[in-house]
Amino acid sequence: MATMNMLQAVNNALITAMSDDEKVMVFGEDVGHFGGVFRATSNLQQKFGKGRCFNTPLTEQGIIGFATGLASQGSVPIAEIQFADYIFPAFDQIVNETAKFRYRSGGQFSCGTLTIRTPYGGGIAGGHYHSQSPEAFFAHIPGMKVVIPRNPYQAKGLLLASIRDDNPVLFMEPKRLYRASVGEVPEDDYQLPLGKADVVKTGSDISLLAWGAQVEIIEKAAAMAEAEGISCEIIDLQSILPWDVETVCSSVEKTGRLLINHEAPLTAGFASEITASVQEKCFLHLESPICRVCGLDTPYPLAHEKEYMPDHLKTFEAIKRTVNF
Amino acid sequence: MKDRNHLANIGLTHHVKVIENGLIDIPMLQVLQPDGTAHKQAELPDVNEQLASKILHTMQYVRLLDERMVAAQRQGRISFYLACTGEEASTVASAAALEPQDMIMSQYREQGALAYRGFSSKEFMDQMFSNQNELNKGRQMPIHYGSKALNFMTISSPLGTQIPQASGYAYGQKMAGLDAVTICYFGEGAASEGDFHAGLNMAAVLNCPAIFFCRNNGYAISTPSEEQFAGDGIASRGIGYGVRTIRVDGNDVLAVYAATQQAREIALKHQCPVLIEAMTYRLAAHSTSDDPTGYRSKDEEERWRLKDPVVRFKAWMQSKGWVDEKLNLTFIEETRQEVLKALKLAEQVPICPIEQIIEDVYDTPPWHLKAQLAELKTHIDMYPDAYPKTSGRG
Ligand SMILES: Cc1ncc(C[n+]2csc(CCOP(=O)(O)OP(=O)(O)O)c2C)c(N)n1
Ligand SMILES: [Mg+2]
Repeated sequence: MATMNMLQAVNNALITAMSDDEKVMVFGEDVGHFGGVFRATSNLQQKFGKGRCFNTPLTEQGIIGFATGLASQGSVPIAEIQFADYIFPAFDQIVNETAKFRYRSGGQFSCGTLTIRTPYGGGIAGGHYHSQSPEAFFAHIPGMKVVIPRNPYQAKGLLLASIRDDNPVLFMEPKRLYRASVGEVPEDDYQLPLGKADVVKTGSDISLLAWGAQVEIIEKAAAMAEAEGISCEIIDLQSILPWDVETVCSSVEKTGRLLINHEAPLTAGFASEITASVQEKCFLHLESPICRVCGLDTPYPLAHEKEYMPDHLKTFEAIKRTVNF
Repeated sequence: MKDRNHLANIGLTHHVKVIENGLIDIPMLQVLQPDGTAHKQAELPDVNEQLASKILHTMQYVRLLDERMVAAQRQGRISFYLACTGEEASTVASAAALEPQDMIMSQYREQGALAYRGFSSKEFMDQMFSNQNELNKGRQMPIHYGSKALNFMTISSPLGTQIPQASGYAYGQKMAGLDAVTICYFGEGAASEGDFHAGLNMAAVLNCPAIFFCRNNGYAISTPSEEQFAGDGIASRGIGYGVRTIRVDGNDVLAVYAATQQAREIALKHQCPVLIEAMTYRLAAHSTSDDPTGYRSKDEEERWRLKDPVVRFKAWMQSKGWVDEKLNLTFIEETRQEVLKALKLAEQVPICPIEQIIEDVYDTPPWHLKAQLAELKTHIDMYPDAYPKTSGRG
């Protein structure tokens, strides 16, 4: 075990994957010599050479198109998009190409070895274009998996699983935790299963569900609620797609209540999908309406960031409303 | 321009002829030598003392502004800043060659053009402190300026997006019969985006009176231009798209001014785009989040410091007897004070009231945004201490 922050854990996972399989290649804007603007790819070029870790020209559509082709040839590309806010020039490649590659060729061709890494999320005074949480867009594309870790241990295990999974995976890294989240991480190779949620804490009155940096927020809210005698179960979804409906529903069957928290805007956010499925499967167990605590339906603001965020206080109030329904 | 559609006009060859890189030699316009003396053969643009002083003062102003704001960021007073040190001539002299009715669409390192247009220290500071006086209502990170009154389109962080937008804006100017063009600034890194190619091609095909001004400053964050493109810079692409193209020394005020002035004339007269590639160097760090020592040498920076565009232009003005050293020092001192005063005032001003959070998403807020605001306000009232910037304001 070693103590690492999330960036170091990501870096460590990349080193592990590149050492394990020489077909693994890492590239994107500024990821080469410099090691990325967040330094997640530090020393990879020095260790593995320019052929396997390199800067690309500044074109996201190029990066993902290139990566998709490279994956279809049998290599294992890990493409970095510098900020999730800048993934949209590549949206066509991801939606129409990457995600449909296998299906449209009847399984003859696949780009399943592709992993796209990208930092996302707010809380860093980043305004409109360094704060967004676009996971729901990608959850709407059959053929893509979407994975989000909440701490260094999950980051390494889930990233290694994503790299080795035979489907294109969008791996979204909560950037406000990059240096803030520190924990024990095994130095050797390990994987955490995709498609599985993680029950962080058990409880009996309400299930709280989040992913990425918001897990910390529901934990904080849960502590406030516990002080008032409300017992909270905390679940980290980890995989946005496919998502672990079984773990979530068995928790809701037990507690009878569900609150979902995400940073992305409320309308058509991934909480909407979870809500629809859970009410379908757990209707008779529900003791109150499923509650969503999310970002506002506005662009992500700068000056009003604090007010915009679905923070622990909003979550705490929502827990009380839901329990006292 | 060649007749592009006529297959019959294509010359024939009977041997495999591979066109290799570097066949087109695109020279760089330079009027002033690095020491500020004009090249003997160079044709000097018509720049009188008054215009020269305005250009010099604007360049000196943005340099002071940059120094002050980099320091303010280090002191934790603002969250982010991005300096244009070394590139002042490119943006100031190009803006000087335009008319106020021309639209400016910039990338983010063009505070020189904005200052030339007359953006005040107060306006700069209000933006960087995202206070309630800010023209964009404090919604974007520092340095994302915008001013309708000055025909300066609000900056957007996603790179290259303004390039096809500039083509469209210019097409609208043409259709409206305006005596105006659009200038679109971008970096050599942004020119790798698909939007660059789309925008240039559309401007060429649809004959848009736009000036595409590339600041080729050698770097896109840490990525040197050698890893950005393999062709002959950005200028060679203009030729490929059938766009009239000029390459210019971006550290030479007179060359940039001459090139932009001519580009504007051409764009208006022929109703067509012009591409300018300004060869310059980003002496500053990419932004306050960046440390260039990780990817380039001090030596390299020093070589470019010798080509300082402000020093070069000032030397030329001195040779004309247009610089009163004492007056210039007074100007610098007064400007420094003025900038600091504006900073101190702006940092005291509160941010927009919370009602603004749902304004401008649409022309008028729909029901769901009104409901979300009402809920938010109730919440803020419940926890006023947690939201000190917006609570208790009626
Ligand atoms: C679409 C998009 N991708 C990535 C970024 C992150 N980014 C911001 S500035 C920058 C480098 C831009 O370099 P260049 O265009 O040469 O302009 P310069 O900074 O040199 O003025 C990058 C990669 C972005 N803002 N937008
Ligand atoms: Mg550049």
